[in-house]
Amino acid sequence: MAGGLALVPAAFLALVAAGAFLPLAVLALPDAGAEIGDALGDPVIWRALRFTLLQAALSTALSLAFAVPVATAFYELRRFPGSGALLRLFVLPLALPQIVAVLAIVGLYGEQGMFSRLAESAGLGFPSIYGLTGILIAHVFFNMPLAVRVVLGALGSMPAEYDRLAHQLGMDFVSRFRFVVWPFMRPALMSAASLIFMLCVTSFTVVLTLGGGPRATTLEVAIYQALTFDFDIARAVLLAVIQVAVTALAFILLTRAGGEVSAGLTLGGLRSFPMRRSLPLRVASFAVILIGALFVLAPFLVIIWRGVAADLPGLAGQASVRAAVTTSLVLAALASLLAVTMSLMLATGIAKAAAARRFSGAPGKSERLLGQTSSLILVVPPVVIAAGWFIVIRRFGDVYAAAPLMVVIVNAAMAIPFAMRLLLPAAMSASERYDRLCRQLGLAGFARLRLVTWPLLRRVMWLALAFSLALSLGDLGVIAIFGSQDVQTLPYLILQRMGSYRTQDAAGLALILCVMTMVLMTIADRGGRLSDKNRENG
Amino acid sequence: MTEQRVAMTCEDVRFRYRGDAPEMRFDCAFPTGAVTALIGPSGSGKSTLINLIAGFETPDEGAIRFGDRDITQEPVSERPVSMVFQENNLFSHLSVFDNVALGVSPSLRLTGEDRGRVEVALAGVGLSGYGGRLPAQLSGGERQRVALARVIVRQKPVLLLDEAFASLGPALRADMLDLLASIHDERHMTTVMVTHFPEDARRIAAHTVFLADGAVVLEGDTASLLDSETAPAPVRAYLGEKEEVSD
Repeated sequence: MAGGLALVPAAFLALVAAGAFLPLAVLALPDAGAEIGDALGDPVIWRALRFTLLQAALSTALSLAFAVPVATAFYELRRFPGSGALLRLFVLPLALPQIVAVLAIVGLYGEQGMFSRLAESAGLGFPSIYGLTGILIAHVFFNMPLAVRVVLGALGSMPAEYDRLAHQLGMDFVSRFRFVVWPFMRPALMSAASLIFMLCVTSFTVVLTLGGGPRATTLEVAIYQALTFDFDIARAVLLAVIQVAVTALAFILLTRAGGEVSAGLTLGGLRSFPMRRSLPLRVASFAVILIGALFVLAPFLVIIWRGVAADLPGLAGQASVRAAVTTSLVLAALASLLAVTMSLMLATGIAKAAAARRFSGAPGKSERLLGQTSSLILVVPPVVIAAGWFIVIRRFGDVYAAAPLMVVIVNAAMAIPFAMRLLLPAAMSASERYDRLCRQLGLAGFARLRLVTWPLLRRVMWLALAFSLALSLGDLGVIAIFGSQDVQTLPYLILQRMGSYRTQDAAGLALILCVMTMVLMTIADRGGRLSDKNRENG
Repeated sequence: MTEQRVAMTCEDVRFRYRGDAPEMRFDCAFPTGAVTALIGPSGSGKSTLINLIAGFETPDEGAIRFGDRDITQEPVSERPVSMVFQENNLFSHLSVFDNVALGVSPSLRLTGEDRGRVEVALAGVGLSGYGGRLPAQLSGGERQRVALARVIVRQKPVLLLDEAFASLGPALRADMLDLLASIHDERHMTTVMVTHFPEDARRIAAHTVFLADGAVVLEGDTASLLDSETAPAPVRAYLGEKEEVSD
């Protein structure tokens, strides 16, 4: 039974996430309690908690504050030459490895950055990029475009007649925003806010690289520091427990607000509407979109600009670089294959459970349980999982030898919610449309997989695979904890070169990593649009 | 109601949705203060024609005139028309009262007198006391009544209906047509009604325009145009097909 098959990924995710809590068991030895008790009094922990919440709240507020005008401007202008390309540009930060974005942001807003020098020559002071400022800029870069897409997705669901009515009734911009746009935007903003808060609470790479010292450290970075520099296991465990509590709370907020972690990944186009807006409104909209697009595009340009200036052939000749590229590709390929396989099993399992209840209405217990498992990884973030396994494995064996395995497993688990977002709707519609027909024809097992399921899911599966690959390629969390001289991925190598002030090298490597993920995302995006088109026609 | 009531004309209006789509041509006139039915097979351009009149589409060539006034390039909100769609005529997050009141003031800044007008219009469509409800709490027929109440307060001389009652059952549809007829008797709006039910046209429309393949094929007196004995060949083909495969 496929219901049984769906238990495999569920068990896999549960086991992976359980790793976060294993150290508690290991530590449940004499003295451990006292150690954790001591750690409770450590001000570092509470400072980290406070900063985690503060930066997440500010990042969320700023991302939304910038997303509202940009989304409104997009909505007002609707289709214009290049609007599709711009909206696709707004997906890229989602897949851009965080370490690459950080390098670009330093290049733009850092001490020697183009933007900060511009500001200075205009007589304006620009605060140091290291600390809260840099973290906020990076988080807005990642999340403002996401919020724009979530909001536009919601506006796209507005009935076509509303536009026409608003114009026939002669509403001006303010009335239109108040009576027509805002009622659709508000719930989307709520879910975007909870999603962004969730992502920022678990943000690791940005804070690790831009956070300056103890004043700007989040829980996750504090865990990493406790493990790699201080070797303070008790503190790491306590931090991990607090982090899980915080993400669990954020996750409850997220589900309450009806948000989804992988929202904004797909976007139906806005209907075109050949309505002439007034000239000032059009100019203002274009200006807002231009500023928003520049903010998103500039880091990419900086990556290319500085990457090309680096000694790329020299880098390609280095054994460590070639090893890192190979390691990254192999580990990411394995992780994404694992993620897609697991997601497929989970998605078909949920679809089966849903088909079984068709006439009874409410989702059954197993269906809800399976649906929740992919969220487990969101509540227990990768860095916390990696830290847990690190502490446990260290007790019993060679922790660095386990690095490849851990990277593959945790990255796969990390990609599952995103892969599920793509696969589940397709699996559901395949089963809704053809389940009864298949049963009548006696089409089952492998024949059904080959003749019905595979042709319907093929495209989304490629999309899920590409996205999982990009996600795994860019991850720094797990490898930061498990990495060593023997096992290095590209992001890890970039972090090292940054640490030893070999900025040129880091820029060159960032370009290589950026190109790798962007090529994958372009393929994914193209595949996604094709499958969307198919769904429309089918 | 100071505006002089004049007929709407489409003079050699040409339109295509995309460069490669077939060109549509509309040449027709709508008599002042009468109800005209627009009928024809699906895809014949009925909705396109009234979207052009309302300004939701712009002709590639030709002119749309309201009396002597050329409204071809006029902004949607300044045209002398109100339109009722098949669905989504009401903003689902606004109350029934607000939905009607938008027809008085698009920014909902209302005087006491305005509020009175809204209440009167609601009473006129048989919905007094419904002002505080949300559209979701109404039936489909009631929602269309609210849309008609807004048409009343807007006081535009032309009313366009895009299959406004098509999703209602036969009895309810007849009620709505009767309501429409009574509003028309009182206000004499030039009314253009897209419908795919010939009996709707026979019930309230004196005049009928028959479209096929994106062009006006025939126009004239409803009684003779839609009579199964006297109807011209293209209409007979449409009616015959229609009544056999009727849903």
